[in-house]
Amino acid sequence: MGLITHLPAPLSVHLYRLVWRQVLFFLHNLVVYVIMLFVFPQHLHWSDLSAIPAFVLLVLNGAWVALLLGVVTTRFRDLTPITQSVVQLAFFLTPIVWMYETLLDSPNPAVAERARLAELNPFLHYIEILRRPMLGQPQELRFWVVVLLLTVVGWALTLFVLRRYRARVSYWL
Amino acid sequence: MTSDTARVGISTENACVDFPIFDAKSRSLKKTVLGVVGGNIASESRVPIIEALKEVTLTFTEGDRVGLVGHNGAGKSTLLRLLSGIYEPTRGTAEIRGRVAPVFDLGVGMDPEISGYENILIRGLFLGMTRRQMQARVDDIAEFTELGDFLSLPLRTYSTGMRIRLALGVVTSIDPEILLLDEGIGAVDAAFLERARDRLADLVKRSGLLVFASHSEDFLRQLCDSAIWLEHGCVHAQGPLDDVLRQYAGSRA
Repeated sequence: MGLITHLPAPLSVHLYRLVWRQVLFFLHNLVVYVIMLFVFPQHLHWSDLSAIPAFVLLVLNGAWVALLLGVVTTRFRDLTPITQSVVQLAFFLTPIVWMYETLLDSPNPAVAERARLAELNPFLHYIEILRRPMLGQPQELRFWVVVLLLTVVGWALTLFVLRRYRARVSYWL
Repeated sequence: MTSDTARVGISTENACVDFPIFDAKSRSLKKTVLGVVGGNIASESRVPIIEALKEVTLTFTEGDRVGLVGHNGAGKSTLLRLLSGIYEPTRGTAEIRGRVAPVFDLGVGMDPEISGYENILIRGLFLGMTRRQMQARVDDIAEFTELGDFLSLPLRTYSTGMRIRLALGVVTSIDPEILLLDEGIGAVDAAFLERARDRLADLVKRSGLLVFASHSEDFLRQLCDSAIWLEHGCVHAQGPLDDVLRQYAGSRA
């Protein structure tokens, strides 16, 4: 919309707009989950409220990714289609439409061993910390550790990039 | 003259604005990475730079009514963006004290899918007002724009003229500390123009500090008392409005 070249607002304003919109999308999609809970009751426990901090972490990470990619893609225009392709690919690599656990529990040890490779995918960890409590499965610490680490490293990198290039963004547009 | 401690003001010192001119090659991450890795494939990899503003040193204080004149491409809009804080100077400094209301494009920030009323609120927020302040102004804006019941319809159903009226109504309703106006405000239908001009004059009276870029001598005389003449990104002349306009007109003859 060209707001950046028309308003002397901090870049984070545009971030809030984006993140808030995506959160609203998520809440709309959550309706499906609630309906499914009624149709297929799950054994939920109070500890499954850990889905809430998990979601907060997800939002925090979405924020740094959006800021970082937002800045870099204004400079390198071909990064936008590259990002789209990578996200598309990551979607198939992440256990969203396929079951990770069935592969892990495979009687064939070779398959079970190779299934662990899926954990190299950072997106898996974000999915697991949020999905496990929602399905009433126990949390596992390692997913949280990876996500927390990525949050810290990601924000550090983003703040560094912002400090150096924040003022350049309006020039690049 | 008021001292440097005045609450509202802008001061720039040797501020430069240099634009990198990217082409398809330098815009591309792939080409840039390959260029680094592959070495001498793209030997002329330096990005040309346009110096849009060169060593601009200006001071504005509360009460100033400054007109900006200059040919197309002289740097008027760039200077307004520098003064608003959108472009931070690549060299030199720019210090802005006060709430800036930049009006470069009437329609920016308007959403076609939401109603006129909602657009009044949103546009006002973008101009640095609060929601409550805008709600207090809705009736006044509604009366000025003569849009009546249309205000509850989505903006996309409006004609171009109606959109301009709405945008102008909002823009002229605010209380800015620093008002930065770019030309093009005058492009409104004739019957509407007189009332718009009155409102614009009122707006300027209310605002603490005005910088107005325009090609219209009439308009400049109505709103400003001093002027700056920009030429190729440099301040060519500066002083009382009449003097600068005379010099500027002389240069064109």
